[in-house]
Amino acid sequence: MVAQARLYGANVVIRAGRRILVNRLVLTASALAAASGLVMLGWILGDVAIKGFQAVNWEFFTELPAPPGMTGGGLANAIVGTLVMTLAAAVMAVPFGVMAGTWLSEFGRESGFGKTVRYLSDILVSAPSIVVGVFVYLIMVRPMGHFSGWAGAVSLAIIMVPVVSRTTEEMLKLVPHELREAALALGAPYWKIMAQVIYRAAAAGMVTGIMLAVARVAGETAPLLFTALNSPYWMHGMNEPMGNLTVTMFNYAMSPYDDWQTMAWGAALLITAGVLATTFTTRLILRLRSVVH
Amino acid sequence: MTLAFTAGILALFTAIVVSLWHESLPAIHKFGFSFLTSTAWNPVHDDFGALVAIAGTLVSTLLAMVVAVPISIGAALFLAELAPAWIRAPFGIGIELLAAVPSIVYGMWGLFTLSPLIADHLQPSLAAAFGFLPLFQGPPMGIGTLTAGLVLALMILPFIASVTRDVFLMVPQNLKEAAYGVGCTKWEVVRDVMIPYGRKGIAGGVFLGMGRALGETMAVTFVIGNAHRFSWSLFAPGNSIASTLANEFTEADSTIYLASLIELGLVLFLITFIVLGLAQWWLRRGSTERTS
Repeated sequence: MVAQARLYGANVVIRAGRRILVNRLVLTASALAAASGLVMLGWILGDVAIKGFQAVNWEFFTELPAPPGMTGGGLANAIVGTLVMTLAAAVMAVPFGVMAGTWLSEFGRESGFGKTVRYLSDILVSAPSIVVGVFVYLIMVRPMGHFSGWAGAVSLAIIMVPVVSRTTEEMLKLVPHELREAALALGAPYWKIMAQVIYRAAAAGMVTGIMLAVARVAGETAPLLFTALNSPYWMHGMNEPMGNLTVTMFNYAMSPYDDWQTMAWGAALLITAGVLATTFTTRLILRLRSVVH
Repeated sequence: MTLAFTAGILALFTAIVVSLWHESLPAIHKFGFSFLTSTAWNPVHDDFGALVAIAGTLVSTLLAMVVAVPISIGAALFLAELAPAWIRAPFGIGIELLAAVPSIVYGMWGLFTLSPLIADHLQPSLAAAFGFLPLFQGPPMGIGTLTAGLVLALMILPFIASVTRDVFLMVPQNLKEAAYGVGCTKWEVVRDVMIPYGRKGIAGGVFLGMGRALGETMAVTFVIGNAHRFSWSLFAPGNSIASTLANEFTEADSTIYLASLIELGLVLFLITFIVLGLAQWWLRRGSTERTS
């Protein structure tokens, strides 16, 4: 009896020991997995920073690209081009996306149509951006007969719309129903409730969502390849091929010239720093706000 | 009025499908179904087939999934349950930043930093260990399907990790506490409570990452090698649908060449539509079952 009990006890101890061991192993493995992600992030950012800083100087921001073989020059036109196209895309996409998101949240929450559009938007958010480039080529570049900054801006806008619409919807849903009822009880018309109560309550969240969408499209390359194309000159309006940082990066990095490859790293640094700074601050604000509430 | 804009999203979606389909009609008429099964890609003789590009897309994505899924689910578990609380916020922000790095930066980094390392270290050791398989034969060039898969893995890792982390965070606290209460270790809680509970959400996250990988252009175009040749070897340069479009779209000089490229785009759009559709379906199913 006693011997049996001892044996049983020993078994339990051995099994507990194995369970603890397995637990430790899994803990370690998952910690390593998470750490490896951060190591890669550090590696990529470090590489971009080290190689990028070699290219960044005053001329980088103020001069036009130098012809192949010549040293010096900068990417001033591409920087301006990316900023202008991203801004134009935001101007087109934000009202569109906010309106659509408003309908989805306020009127179409349960309707079949709303569900369909919500589903399609979620798919469009992750849809291949190069296909959007092909689409805009077909509807704008070919009919107009030339590549243009407008076509680039429209492709970026198409990528932004579903993102803005979905984040707007999520943010509006967070606004408590009582607020709407209180305003309705005061006899306010619905448009006034939207503009003065609901948007105001959701403003911070909507702005962060929009900033994240802007940061995302600012780093997009594929939809610009055959819409905006690229150009080594200053822009004279948006109705012509337009220089931009990402396509320049692509062309320069694939080129055989060392100078150009260095420039490409400079562009990579600039775009990464811009996108990550925007993402980081907006995420931080979102986190801080969610802690406060 | 807001309804009009909502309908606009639907119209946009329809317009993309219809215009791609309409513009690829010349290729559809000329090659028919064999477009999908032919390995030809000959702009001089106007003979095109999609098989090499489709295979390259699928193989590089599969490779990326094999590498990224275990790592990202591990990382998600760490962030959601296993890590001490003070570590979670910085690690979480780090993973989110990794997701925000533009894909062209991944591509450039893959070309200049990763591919020489792969050529010098990974490929020779893979060839030494598994060289009897046709998958790991051929000269170690550093660029090719293998490198494309690895860069893609790195790119989709944060997507899958952050979605699955959110899924794990939705597991009700009292379920987990009940399991801890009967003496489960953390791993046992994860294995027997959290993973079964979040099964659909995890599948959704994995398919979301897969949809991203299938359609990714820049990260792949830099490192895949851009060769229209079918090869069993992962070391050989290949092509994906997206990289073919990126490289050749502006060079297409005949109607049938352009139509073939557009049909490639249509194929890509449909493949990702199915994968992402499944992903959203699972993510939704996961969350509605929870609330009801």
